Amino acid sequence: MLRCENLSQSYRSGTGTLTVLQDISFAVDAGAFVAIIGPSGSGKTTLLGLLAGLDRPASGEVWLDGIALSALDEDRRAALRGAKVGFVFQAYQLIPTLTALENVQVPLELRGESDPARARALLERVGLGDRTGHYPAQLSGGEQQRVALARAFSTRPKILFADEPTGNLDQRTGAGIIDLMTDLNREAGTTLVLVTHDPDLAGRARRILRLADGHLESDTTT
Amino acid sequence: MTLRALLRLAWREGRASRRRLLLLVAAIATGTAALVAINTFTANLRTAVNAEARGLLGADLALASRSAPTESLDALADSLACGGPAPCDDRATVTTFGAMGYVPSRTGVRLVRVTAVDGRWPFFGAITTTPAGAWPRLQGDRVALVDPAFLTALGASIGDTLALGTLRLPIAGTVDHVPGDVGIATAFGPRVFIPGALVAETGLLGFGARAEYDIYLQLPAGADVQAIADTLKPRLRPDRVRVRTVQDEQRNLGNALERLGRYLGLVALVALLLGGLGVGSAVHVLIRQKMDTIAVLRCLGGSSRQVFALFLVQAAGIGLLGSTMGAAIGLAVQQALPRVLGEFLPVAVTPALSWPALATGLGLGLWTAVAFALIPLLGIRKISPLATLRRPYEAEARPSRDRWTIVAIAVLMASVVLMAMVQAGDPLRGAAFAAGIGVALAGLWLSAFALVRGLRRSFPHRLAYVWRQGLANLYRPANQTVSVVLSLGFGTFLLATLLLVQHNLLRSLRVDGSSRRPNLILFDIQPDQAAGVDSLLRARGLDPTPAVPIVPMRIQSINGKAVQDYSRDTTEVEGRPAGWALRREYRSTYRDSVVGSERVVLGSWWGPGTDSAGGPVSISVEVGLAEELGVSMGDEITWDVQGVPIPSRVTSLREVDWARFETNFFVVFRPGALEAAPQTLVTLVRVDSAAERGLVQRAVVERFANISALDLSTVQRALDDILGKVGAAIRFMAFFTLAAGLVVLLGSLATSRAQRLRETVLLKTLGASRSQVTRVAVSEYLALGTLAALAGLVLALGSGWALAHWLFETKFAVPAAPMLLLAAGVVALTVGVGLWSSVDIFRRTPLDALRNE
Repeated sequence: MLRCENLSQSYRSGTGTLTVLQDISFAVDAGAFVAIIGPSGSGKTTLLGLLAGLDRPASGEVWLDGIALSALDEDRRAALRGAKVGFVFQAYQLIPTLTALENVQVPLELRGESDPARARALLERVGLGDRTGHYPAQLSGGEQQRVALARAFSTRPKILFADEPTGNLDQRTGAGIIDLMTDLNREAGTTLVLVTHDPDLAGRARRILRLADGHLESDTTT
Repeated sequence: MTLRALLRLAWREGRASRRRLLLLVAAIATGTAALVAINTFTANLRTAVNAEARGLLGADLALASRSAPTESLDALADSLACGGPAPCDDRATVTTFGAMGYVPSRTGVRLVRVTAVDGRWPFFGAITTTPAGAWPRLQGDRVALVDPAFLTALGASIGDTLALGTLRLPIAGTVDHVPGDVGIATAFGPRVFIPGALVAETGLLGFGARAEYDIYLQLPAGADVQAIADTLKPRLRPDRVRVRTVQDEQRNLGNALERLGRYLGLVALVALLLGGLGVGSAVHVLIRQKMDTIAVLRCLGGSSRQVFALFLVQAAGIGLLGSTMGAAIGLAVQQALPRVLGEFLPVAVTPALSWPALATGLGLGLWTAVAFALIPLLGIRKISPLATLRRPYEAEARPSRDRWTIVAIAVLMASVVLMAMVQAGDPLRGAAFAAGIGVALAGLWLSAFALVRGLRRSFPHRLAYVWRQGLANLYRPANQTVSVVLSLGFGTFLLATLLLVQHNLLRSLRVDGSSRRPNLILFDIQPDQAAGVDSLLRARGLDPTPAVPIVPMRIQSINGKAVQDYSRDTTEVEGRPAGWALRREYRSTYRDSVVGSERVVLGSWWGPGTDSAGGPVSISVEVGLAEELGVSMGDEITWDVQGVPIPSRVTSLREVDWARFETNFFVVFRPGALEAAPQTLVTLVRVDSAAERGLVQRAVVERFANISALDLSTVQRALDDILGKVGAAIRFMAFFTLAAGLVVLLGSLATSRAQRLRETVLLKTLGASRSQVTRVAVSEYLALGTLAALAGLVLALGSGWALAHWLFETKFAVPAAPMLLLAAGVVALTVGVGLWSSVDIFRRTPLDALRNE
């Protein structure tokens, strides 16, 4: 489902180049639940960005559902994301000017489709059936993240990337979000890639990739 | 905290948002620049007028009258200038009259203003000619000098022969500049200068011809000109001789120019106020975004007063920097103003520094920034240190409605009114202007608010997604939609109002090609020439209107009270006839029917026939004149028709549409009383092609030298020209307000930059292509620009209608194409500026969405 080979990333910074990721290779099967963990600055988010085609690597290659990302330009990568990838972010990243229902529909609308019934059903599924017309500002943090989850699943993605999805939430609400996410993952058979520095959260994954200083330090399957 | 520490902290704190603060600086700078430019220019203009004052009149004293100087006036002039009865060269006589001038070897003919100079006028100031030094030739040589425009109009050149009535003179050169002359004055008729001794040879100053006679005097050195003038004025008034002095001229001109300068200054003030509005709105948003900083500062032990002072210092810094930059730009811009306004200026203006103008600009700029920032800044005091720990989601740093806010609002409003009063130079006009701005801003705010509210309430859900997203962005949190619409809308409003006024003023004179309305008027026709003119025109296949008689007359008495008795009343009280209306010469007519351009509003029109012999003749008076004379139905006016008293009684009042190109009259007599009076006739005719119009005029003038012709298209062109130039001056200033609006837009874009970046990158992450995010942005700016343009246009339609209806009293029409063009321009500018400021946002990779959390 997802494979990367010899992935490296570096940034020019003032005097020299700063290497963030070095020579990362691994593969993730369809339907798997993988956690990428590591301390701050270990390159987790950069890796996630490269896997999802949000940025180009300095070297190496990523295959998403068998498609080599380096062969695609920015718009094609965006289209690929729209078709196959779902995202959940730490800061929810809802569009403040749209209602919950409209937020859930954004990925579909970008593809020129519209399916309010499905969006409504997804909001029901995450327990917000009665809040469809609310704006993000009118929702609590946990509710906003549930809207974000519904949005992530609106396009029936093959793979879901989650970046510290509980980072801004209290423990109980966070746990609820993770439960919901894993449930949805199971129901839809989605591949789940989770980035976190929370060992408890990572413990729920079947496979843990540990990053340190831009290297893949360990790859453990439970 | 010491002031030094405060300044240091304010600087450090502002560093991070320097780009945004710079835009606020620019917003203040734009208005200050406009203000400094126009005020410096006005000051320089005043200096120039004072410096050239003597040249404006060309003499110490001028005695002007509408009839040839009487012997006693001549003797008076001689004794004043020469100290005795013997003529000397310290007096000159200039006779000015309208006539048809042409060059026999060329085809055209032009109505010109003939200036016949007798004596070595001007005594002060120099007239420049081409070739140089040709002016003195008018004293002795048989030559003429002409305006360059005359040569251009006829395709003639120096050396050709000029024909004026029966006089033929070689054109010895052109007159390029006469001191005190306004360039635009020649628009209606170029001037022709001839030696005064040759006036009689033209044969043009016969009965019915209008001429002005000016006697110019150079008084002996040391004479108290003003004292002499003051004693002369009441003495000469009954003889209808006007006394003018350099001081009078200077005062009149100074006042007129001062008014022009002040008016343009008020437009500049609007630009500054819009900048202030932008600052206020941006500060409001900045404070919201800085809530964390503020809360942290409070946590670290800063008192709310210190924190408030910190941001107030920043606002003052913005004001100081903005007004300084603006002043520098303004000084540069004012170099261009003499070129924009040159056609209206009788003096050459040298750009120079004016300290008062500079100080006013700096002061107003600084104050505007602080006054507008004050209200949102007051909200700072309400931010508690607790916000570092618990920040209410999307907290509103709403300006609280406490005592201080009310005081701040009052101070702001009072200072706006005060600024307007200072700039207008007259408290009442300033207050009225401030009220006007208030109404305009309130109107714009209302329409912007209604449009945004309406959009939100009935959101177009059927639109494509990118459009909906763009529209939704207009009410994103911390949006500045209303302030941007307000500032851009105001610029649009000013420009659109200008367009409307210009259009409506010109439209009333415009005769379209298909219309059969007359476009050529022939006047000063002597009764014995009428048949000849008619047959000449008919021979050319034209269909002239029946000739209308014109009888010159003056008022002798009203209800038995002689005009001279009114003259002693120096004050003009309401209900008492104004001096001008009493003393002017009336050119009246007599006829038995009402014409199309007039309407009887009081009393009734007379039937066929005449009044009973011996009684007063019935007259119909124009409403406005009746008001000025203080007469109404049944009042008796006795007219002096070439020395013969003719009593009359007002039997009806008429409303007259003066804008129509027809023969209209203040006073119409019932037939029967004036037929025998000395009179001239006027006839109108429609001539389709311009070339044929020229030929017709030429044919008439060659046969009847005393007849003058006025071509409507020439009048139109002249008006077009004048209004265009007045418009250019106002547009020049209006563009400053539009520029201020654009700066406010840029400022608001910079303020919402982080938010827009986050949204754009998020959409990309969710699968949006670059073209999709671009279209979202385009639709947002398109909507914003349309809102602003629409709000401005709506308001301009209102004010344009009001101006047309009440001030110009014409029917109101909307020039659709230019208005739409203006609106499209504003929209295009908004979209262009918006996209330009977003280019780098579109370029960012989506990974930023994950990083910038």
